[in-house]
Amino acid sequence: MTTAPLPPLPTRPPSGCPFDPPEGLDRLRAEEPLSKVALDDGTWAWLATRYADVRAILGDARFSSDTNTPGYPVSGMTGGGPRPGATRGFIRMDPPEHTRLRRMVTRDFMVKRVEELRPTLQKLTDELCDAMERVDRSEHPVDLVKALALPLPSLAISLLLGVPYEDHETFQRLTGALLSREISEEDRGAARAELLEYIDRLVESKKSEPGDDILSRLVTERYDKGELTHEDLVAFAVLLLVAGHETTANMIGLSALTLMLDRDTAGRLREDPALIRGAVEELLRFHSIIRNGPRRAALEDVEVGGQLIRKGEGVIVAVPSANRDEDVFPDAGRLDIRRPNAQHHVAFGYGIHQCLGQALARAELQVVITTLLRRFPTMRPAVPLEEIPFRTDMVIYGCHALPVTW
Amino acid sequence: MQITIDEAKCCGAGQCVLVAPEVFDQRDEDGIVVLLDASPAAAQHAAVREAATICPAAAIQVRQ
Repeated sequence: MTTAPLPPLPTRPPSGCPFDPPEGLDRLRAEEPLSKVALDDGTWAWLATRYADVRAILGDARFSSDTNTPGYPVSGMTGGGPRPGATRGFIRMDPPEHTRLRRMVTRDFMVKRVEELRPTLQKLTDELCDAMERVDRSEHPVDLVKALALPLPSLAISLLLGVPYEDHETFQRLTGALLSREISEEDRGAARAELLEYIDRLVESKKSEPGDDILSRLVTERYDKGELTHEDLVAFAVLLLVAGHETTANMIGLSALTLMLDRDTAGRLREDPALIRGAVEELLRFHSIIRNGPRRAALEDVEVGGQLIRKGEGVIVAVPSANRDEDVFPDAGRLDIRRPNAQHHVAFGYGIHQCLGQALARAELQVVITTLLRRFPTMRPAVPLEEIPFRTDMVIYGCHALPVTW
Repeated sequence: MQITIDEAKCCGAGQCVLVAPEVFDQRDEDGIVVLLDASPAAAQHAAVREAATICPAAAIQVRQ
């Protein structure tokens, strides 16, 4: 008996609808909420598309986040999955090690700490906006991705990690190169190596001259007591950088574009800035930029939504599908900044691995969107929508570039 | 309403603090949940239930 080949993981929104979830997810959620998908390396994994099942999987300790667990679906992950010898961040670990490491940095991202950072985020945003205003737009439009969406989260994470001011340009150049598609794979590899070397040196410098930042604190409170190795410190820095940069940058770009195209919503937000909190939750739900996971491997047989998932089988969770589940979010395809339960979204994941930096991401988005609406009320795309290059080729969705004028 | 929290489960996501800041806080040392008021006034009940619903680690238990 032969069986039909399994379909791949849906990744592309329908043609002409860049804000829709990848095509095929709606059908799966309705007809086959736990389905099998083929991965590039010839293996397969379960794909969960319903909100309830997604929360059940991500909230269940019987599903492992450890990429070394048998059956973990590594194929197609960022950076091609785990590399031999590379130190994993705690995002790829299970308790108790995950708990131990995550708790070392939780306080740096807690709500009240992020609130203290808000004036600084505003200042950084204002400076980037000042620079945009100085550009001569008669020559060519401003690329909002390059001018604001990428640098703001890079500067924010520089601040937290304690990247010295004189290194900001290097840091931004390297982090930008990792995310650019305008450079060759070879150059990207070189940028990755250079960034790792830079972070290695940064960690060394914190050992000799600790400052007021996360890395320094980890050195004095943990490394000096033998609780963390040098490699652990580098892994922390890489994880915080990777997790906090590309994600926030793409949410900034997509959110700005959405509001440029939806004048009514932009107008309401401009008139009543108190709506911004709910608006950011709804934008997170609506765009659901994580297109490639999270992923898990079953440590034992588990039944989810009536489907038995066997020990050693891999699971991929479809965040964009869960966040458009009509059972939870009525009229889910509509952006509604007053949606009462928008914050029930799983855009930051769910379970013990839920985004550590979510308060910071929220604050950055709230500050950037409010500032853009206030300072650039007439900002609009400088090209037709179909000419904006969307990141259908990346695991984190967004715009590669966003030419704007005003 | 009677609230109990499970510190061992808490992952410090901070959603409860955003939703019900008068009832929940985070510990300065490690960002883990602190219960400010275990039996809050009725005005807080909806926010507390919401916090329990969205807590990613299911660390908040509410008894009426």
